[in-house]
Amino acid sequence: MWKWLHPYAKTERCYALCQRLLPWFSVLGLVSLVIGCVWGLAFAPSDYQQGDSYRIIFIHVPSAILSKAMYSGMAAAAFIGLVWQVKTAFMAMIAMAPIGAMVTFVSLITGAAWGKPMWGTWWEWDARLTSQLILLFLFLGVIALYKSFNDVQQAGKAAGVMALVGIINLPIIHYSVEWWNTLHQGATILKMGKPSMPPDMLQPLLFCIVSWMLVCAAIFLLALQNEILRRDIRRPWVIHLVKGKNIGTAQLGSTSRGQI
Amino acid sequence: MVVLSAHNLSLVKGERLLFEQINFSVNAGNLLYITGPNGAGKTSLLRTLCGFSQGEHGEVRFLQQNIQDCAPLFQQKLVYFGHKAGLNAQLSALENLVFWCRLHAVAAQETDIYAVLADLNLLGLEDIAVSKLSAGQQRRVALARLWLKQQANLWILDEPFTALDKQGIALLNTKMLAFLNAGGAIVTTSHQALSPQQKYQELHLEYRW
Amino acid sequence: MSAIRALLYREFALAYRQRSELLQPLIFFVMVISLFPLAVGPAPQTLQMIGPGVIWVAAILSSLMGLERMFRDDYHDGSLEQLLISSRSLSLLSLTKVLAHWLSSIVPLIVLSPLLALFLHLSVEMYWALLATLLLGTPVISLVGAIAVGLTVGLSRGGVLLALLLVPVFIPLLIFATSAVNAAAMQLPYTGHLAIIAAMLLLALALAPFAIAYALRVSLS
Repeated sequence: MWKWLHPYAKTERCYALCQRLLPWFSVLGLVSLVIGCVWGLAFAPSDYQQGDSYRIIFIHVPSAILSKAMYSGMAAAAFIGLVWQVKTAFMAMIAMAPIGAMVTFVSLITGAAWGKPMWGTWWEWDARLTSQLILLFLFLGVIALYKSFNDVQQAGKAAGVMALVGIINLPIIHYSVEWWNTLHQGATILKMGKPSMPPDMLQPLLFCIVSWMLVCAAIFLLALQNEILRRDIRRPWVIHLVKGKNIGTAQLGSTSRGQI
Repeated sequence: MVVLSAHNLSLVKGERLLFEQINFSVNAGNLLYITGPNGAGKTSLLRTLCGFSQGEHGEVRFLQQNIQDCAPLFQQKLVYFGHKAGLNAQLSALENLVFWCRLHAVAAQETDIYAVLADLNLLGLEDIAVSKLSAGQQRRVALARLWLKQQANLWILDEPFTALDKQGIALLNTKMLAFLNAGGAIVTTSHQALSPQQKYQELHLEYRW
Repeated sequence: MSAIRALLYREFALAYRQRSELLQPLIFFVMVISLFPLAVGPAPQTLQMIGPGVIWVAAILSSLMGLERMFRDDYHDGSLEQLLISSRSLSLLSLTKVLAHWLSSIVPLIVLSPLLALFLHLSVEMYWALLATLLLGTPVISLVGAIAVGLTVGLSRGGVLLALLLVPVFIPLLIFATSAVNAAAMQLPYTGHLAIIAAMLLLALALAPFAIAYALRVSLS
């Protein structure tokens, strides 16, 4: 079943695949992002309670969803790397980490900004915000661990172990924080009702979520390509690629430096 | 009988390719002498042979089996003497060796350890914390493992002569000869020339960028 | 089995010889806790309210300080290499080391806890709950902490990184432990909280040894 994936374990093939997919994701992502934002911010009806301030959900909700998806993706890549010893999986893992951290950060900022008109304070220890904050810590931990190794193989494996520890912990953190929140929460906080969203708000929101996924996928492909180039900088195919584009041939000319 | 063999072994550390496509085999009774300048990857090669690191490509076989597949057997037959002595500085020579013997399933009793330490000129120093011994004495304590682990048939020694005095070098050389004659195999690196009566094959590693 | 016994004996002998080093996190623990009455005022009600949280936060921080000791010396003097090629199961050996570490550096902290309960005016019910959470929860710290120590032992500046990696992971433990004590303060049952902490302990016991062994292999490669 996994046979078709196997050739992409080779960095060169993986790079080429990224190259092929990149235009699709980036064009579709950008177009849909523009449409989604304009639709959500300008054309969707305003909320009868919150007025226009609710419109931040068109950024907040996609980023919150993407943050968890990114962490799961990172952990899945780490798992593949650790179990089947696929090196490109570790590259994918570390390519996802900063994107995930960034998206989590965006969801925190927008969540806090939304809190100002909603709750009257910039920061409320709301369950979702708190677990987003912890998620950001987990992302930062994985990145910091990866960066502190000199050897990329070691770095990938170590960060992978930590990503897996995090993913096992994530549901525990999520439920413990939610439970902690209901324990300490006063009655003043306005709860977001789940089913109350009318379809003409829901449609642009779903559109925004899909567009964020596409944009993140495009950024991920770019980051993965960068990671592959950085690791394989001494290999003939990279040198060939760069020479073909006539960039920086002088520095990379010494092919004899170990053809790995 | 081939004890240890490397097949197309390549190792990358950081961004550097240390060596590639290394092939060799060490027979029982033979010594493989790995030479090369500092930083050529001698220690890394020995650590790969022990199974600490895995090569980028290729494999290491012990008695024709991949060392990852026959790890317990391989480890029972192996003595690795590394760059770091593997002695805890707070414990005495005796405590260190007793612990090591239990850990490695070596049947030696305390009296045996006393005898070996006496052979190594460490008489009277058995119960002193290792941190209080001189560098050469610490190396001798660590080398006592070669005397203690009698079921071993492969020694992997990283710079075993470092910090030893003349008499220590002679002792170790005699022990190595006896081990080879008994059918053991040795892989070693050393900046010191080996004793003339030892026959060995040499593997030279070049420093590469 | 004899290897496990020998390892335990060695660890305890070392702990005894390095007892001043073991004492430092303990003193830190007491000092951090005595800072709080000075910072928030000595009113018994306030102290009782923040007490469980303060003790647990201090316990996590001080055990983070002591965790590094678990593999640091063995990594630097090469004992870890000899451990790895000893033909024994590395996960079992790691578990033994964690056990020895918990017994020698965390149990003294638990023994000290009545004193701290006194400092922070905890009631007797609260103290029993605190003791139960410490007994069930601190092994989780040792087990999960050992994974991160295994990963960072080869790094020259592992200390802060260790905290960065572990603090978020310990948040659920902190939540359930402190709320168990708070429940006890209100005379409510807290067996549910304890059961959840016990579940975390079992999960950590089942998975951590393998992760520690793998982490050590990565650090030594």
